[in-house]
Amino acid sequence: MSDLTIQREIVIDAPTEIVWRTITEPDQIAQWFADRVELDLRPGGNGTFVFEDRATAQATTAPIVVETVEAPHRFTFRWGHSEGEPANVGNSVRVEFTLSAESGERTRLRVVETGLDDVEWPDDEKARYAEDHRHGWSVHVGRLGDLLGTPTG
Amino acid sequence: MRAGADDELWSAIADPSRRRVLDLLVRNGAGTASVLAQDVPFTRQAVIKHLAVLEQAGLVTRQREGREVRFHVEADRLDEATRAMAQLANEWDRRLAGIKRLAETAHREAKSRDRRH
Repeated sequence: MSDLTIQREIVIDAPTEIVWRTITEPDQIAQWFADRVELDLRPGGNGTFVFEDRATAQATTAPIVVETVEAPHRFTFRWGHSEGEPANVGNSVRVEFTLSAESGERTRLRVVETGLDDVEWPDDEKARYAEDHRHGWSVHVGRLGDLLGTPTG
Repeated sequence: MRAGADDELWSAIADPSRRRVLDLLVRNGAGTASVLAQDVPFTRQAVIKHLAVLEQAGLVTRQREGREVRFHVEADRLDEATRAMAQLANEWDRRLAGIKRLAETAHREAKSRDRRH
């Protein structure tokens, strides 16, 4: 519990150029992450990841902001913020992909998700004294949980 | 699970200072605000505030013993928080496995195309 950073990695039997395309091309992303993907692949570029819940036939749209595009080694974006809000430290989390070439046309792919610590969660006093805002916060935080795969409710 | 429980859980564990208080309690089993304050770089007042948030999230419970109030970790609720973090990691493992499958298929197809030419 001492750190909320998520860090995972995998070794892939494919060269970095192919892995790069898999993690950055919208039609590829739509096969391993979201159901529908739009992405303007350049620093500051916007995008949307749409997640469809087949059981309820409801869709959740997550806005994406691209931060770093260094083909074929580094790709970072922010997500978790609400639609129409600019993505900042405090309202979104940052996902960083790092690709490094290994011998025999293999690629080590690492993903680091940071910023859960920086999200401005409702202060207990704020929540107590501003019931009006509590609902808004709860939607925001619950939504972040949804996006990050946390069970809610 | 009661409604909104996860919001409370997330907001309780998202603060690094609060996690520090929680980690201390886990290590010591239980403790008073005064004792906990000796091991953290913030005031007893701050410790009390963090404990109140942890209590609201169900992560700790208080027990009055004479003039002292001792706080205990709620193991089940802590497990829930740990599982929530593990689930985030699992989600990424699942996505990475998807990337691996797609990239390796694309690579194999590219190689067999090269062989045909």
